[in-house]
Amino acid sequence: MDAVSKSHVFPSPIGESVTRVDALEKVTGEAKFTDDLQFGAGLLYGRVVRSPHPHAIIKRVDVSRALALPGVRAAVTGEDSDDHIGLYLKDRYIFCRDRVRFVGDPVAGVIAVSESIADEACRLVEVEYEVLEPVLDPLQGVQERAPLLHPDLGEYVVADFIDPKPGTNIANHFKVRKGDVEAAWSKCDVIVECDFRVPHVQHVPLETHVAVARVDQTGKIILWSSSQSPFAQRNLIAEALNMSQSDIRVIAPYVGGGFGSKAGVSVEGTAVVMARKVPGHPVKMRLTREEEFYCAFVRQGLIARTKVGAKADGEILAMKTEYYWDAGAYTEYGVNITRASGYSSTGPYRIPNVHADSYCVYTNHPVGGPMRGFGMPEIHWGIEQIMDMVADELGMDKVAFRLKNCLRGGDKNVTGMTMHPIGLAECIEKASKAINWGEKALASAPHKRRGKGLAIMWKAPAMPPNAGSSAWVRFNEDATVSLGIGGQEIGQGSFTVATQMAAATLGVPLDWIQISAPVDTKYSPYEWQTVASRLTWSMGNAIVQAAQDARRQILDIVAAYWDEDPNDLDVKDGQVISFKSENTLPLKDMVVYGLPLPDDQGWHGGPIIGHGNFMPTYITSLDNETGQGQRAVVHYTTGCQAVDLEVDTENGQIHLLRVASAFDVGKAINPDQVRAQMEGGVVQGASTAILESLQLKDGVPQNPSFRDYRIATSVDIPDEIIPIIVEVPQDDGPWGARGVGEHPMVPTAPAIANAVAAALGVRILEMPLTPEKVFLAIQEKLGEA
Amino acid sequence: MATHKISFTVNGIRETAEVPSNMTLLTLLRERLAITGTKRGCDTGECGACTVLMNAEPVNSCLVLAVEIDGADIVTVEGLAQDGQLDPLQEAIIQHTGVQCGFCTPGILIAARALLDRNSKPSRREIKDALRGNLCRCTGYTRIIDAIQEAAEVGG
Repeated sequence: MDAVSKSHVFPSPIGESVTRVDALEKVTGEAKFTDDLQFGAGLLYGRVVRSPHPHAIIKRVDVSRALALPGVRAAVTGEDSDDHIGLYLKDRYIFCRDRVRFVGDPVAGVIAVSESIADEACRLVEVEYEVLEPVLDPLQGVQERAPLLHPDLGEYVVADFIDPKPGTNIANHFKVRKGDVEAAWSKCDVIVECDFRVPHVQHVPLETHVAVARVDQTGKIILWSSSQSPFAQRNLIAEALNMSQSDIRVIAPYVGGGFGSKAGVSVEGTAVVMARKVPGHPVKMRLTREEEFYCAFVRQGLIARTKVGAKADGEILAMKTEYYWDAGAYTEYGVNITRASGYSSTGPYRIPNVHADSYCVYTNHPVGGPMRGFGMPEIHWGIEQIMDMVADELGMDKVAFRLKNCLRGGDKNVTGMTMHPIGLAECIEKASKAINWGEKALASAPHKRRGKGLAIMWKAPAMPPNAGSSAWVRFNEDATVSLGIGGQEIGQGSFTVATQMAAATLGVPLDWIQISAPVDTKYSPYEWQTVASRLTWSMGNAIVQAAQDARRQILDIVAAYWDEDPNDLDVKDGQVISFKSENTLPLKDMVVYGLPLPDDQGWHGGPIIGHGNFMPTYITSLDNETGQGQRAVVHYTTGCQAVDLEVDTENGQIHLLRVASAFDVGKAINPDQVRAQMEGGVVQGASTAILESLQLKDGVPQNPSFRDYRIATSVDIPDEIIPIIVEVPQDDGPWGARGVGEHPMVPTAPAIANAVAAALGVRILEMPLTPEKVFLAIQEKLGEA
Repeated sequence: MATHKISFTVNGIRETAEVPSNMTLLTLLRERLAITGTKRGCDTGECGACTVLMNAEPVNSCLVLAVEIDGADIVTVEGLAQDGQLDPLQEAIIQHTGVQCGFCTPGILIAARALLDRNSKPSRREIKDALRGNLCRCTGYTRIIDAIQEAAEVGG
């Protein structure tokens, strides 16, 4: 009886801010990252010869002098790249074969006993180039007579939802044609038209890219990599090398910051190709911080041309958009960012007439990859500023304007999808209230100006329609549980949330669950990728299924043992209980060894292992010409940020006083972790808004170091960040949850820009809002006055 | 390359090593002694991930040559917990969810330890200043600052 009543108060860990399960390892130095692994005396180091030109034909590569250097074991060139590689569009070789397309493109690799010898050998590799005219701007790239980066574009393997235009530099063109935009303009009382620009920025994970590859004497590959996508890496490398997926094993320890840059395949491919030359030896390939700025993925640059029209009462009638994405030399993810930005091009607004074109344009710039928000921070920079400009023209309050036009559950969105229930309006109300919207606040000094601004956002996981997750739970003798997942812990807290979900479903204490980490494609269950803020939702569903499967097995075995109905049984606090008979049985008595049948008839049960999977089954395509379709995405997470700031008119510096950040997460499985994502996102967003741009001159990064590429430090953060959790449940989310990892950095930059505009009366259309840019804008305005 | 014989302590344990002139303290720790809690983030003294205590002063171990630590006392993140008891800073940063990817955490804990050792009751401004050289891309710093403040309050 005692056990039964105790079980009734056993608290569910869902919705509790439990301590991160990886925290103890991480504060003691115990957590192992890829470069921490020790490989012993056989370890060799790979270094890469990179193109100094943005665009050139490779005429000749000669590695003979490099090979002659003592300590060098082997070298590779483009001839060692078997086949093309790429996630959605297979458009590159791991080592360039005939042509280089950006400064930093890998041309050859040297494997040596030390990094310094490998570096020295790289300098001995002779490469002869025929320099070609580069494409350095997407607007140049789309012109008919622009130099072509990929003459073979028409022959590349491509996913069916990507639409490349052979004979041009357009790797994807996504269109929306909804209603009649041209007819709508005449009905508008206010029309605003404006171009916005977003520069390239870098993810800047504190851990640079690192991979270690070992090819054994039978040709099988083991790859240890700092990766958000161990399974996708296995798959893409297998396809590029014409190997079986089962002959490649990817082991992925903790990731020291990803933000998208460690999704897909980048440095890992070079490590594998080099390791094939030295069977039996692990080959380590790690990027220096300088290389990280040159050749890791960047967030694509964007030129956005936008036009919005509204009626005098504030109703938005039409929106026309052209996006020119500066995709860089190859498009690992860029083509799908182009698509996602197209089908999200209205922002979270109800607009009946939409005309949008989103172009993914090859340029001779660093490779555009996914970065936290997958195109959404870039497009919302323009969307949310032009919405403020329209409200200004209308003389309407910006909160009221957004509340009037924002999407609500049941509305049709830009692609014709019926919106699921969302708490966007609640986010707008709560975030604006948190900074006392509408109340005038005074600046702290006569030379300072105070302003408030806000921005709203939406973002859907952008992924193939059938991206899946799987999980297993396995009981140990003492009834502790090994939880197998293929999703990665990249800092976002996925291991903790996974643990909470498994414990809650199984009915065991939280500390009985241990994640079977590191993720290892040989033993871990399949997971598409740790991207798109999809794990809590997708992997979470798989975990719940796996735990339910195990639980069902347990209840069936114990019900037979007690001769009861399994429906009268439950698992609470690590014990099986019967509500009917009030019997109890500790799980450890049966989860591995089973239970005896009565009258010495033998045994029943066996080691419990449960499995589950999840894949959205309801995703449909979008029409190629109109971008319309029933349901192209699984769901949208929405939110609002409101900023209260001060600008120093003497030096152009922005001081963030308060940032309120409200997101509808469906259900916060771990509220403290949700708030931590919001705070981190606000600071990363503010950092890109005010400090960051990868300056490219003739394709060459001009600021490839922390000295010259500044990110926010402890003294750059807002005085106060106010995270607000809104919970409107997702129908197919575990406990109603949907993702929030990326979203908090999406509206930060335009909210800051809108607050600066409110403070100064000047609008800056190109990120970042550096002090000099702000100062010059103030001067220009004074000049006009 | 010339080599040098040095002796030093790491986390209270006496060590000797023969090191080349150009080896950094960071490489000695990570690749010779396999003490890998200290992280390599930039190799140019700009990110702070490699911060260790050298004779109780915080240093970027990527900018210190191994030969310079002859006779010195080095403390890394692995040396913060004593007799199985976490340092109050470690406790506080766990409680405040001040860890995300965890790559900057060792360097930040060491920098914070050095701060509290010289200033047991720092102001928020002083904490921020002490962390200027430690980059974090995940957390937004707030929870780390909160944690350090709390550790100071409990006498850590």
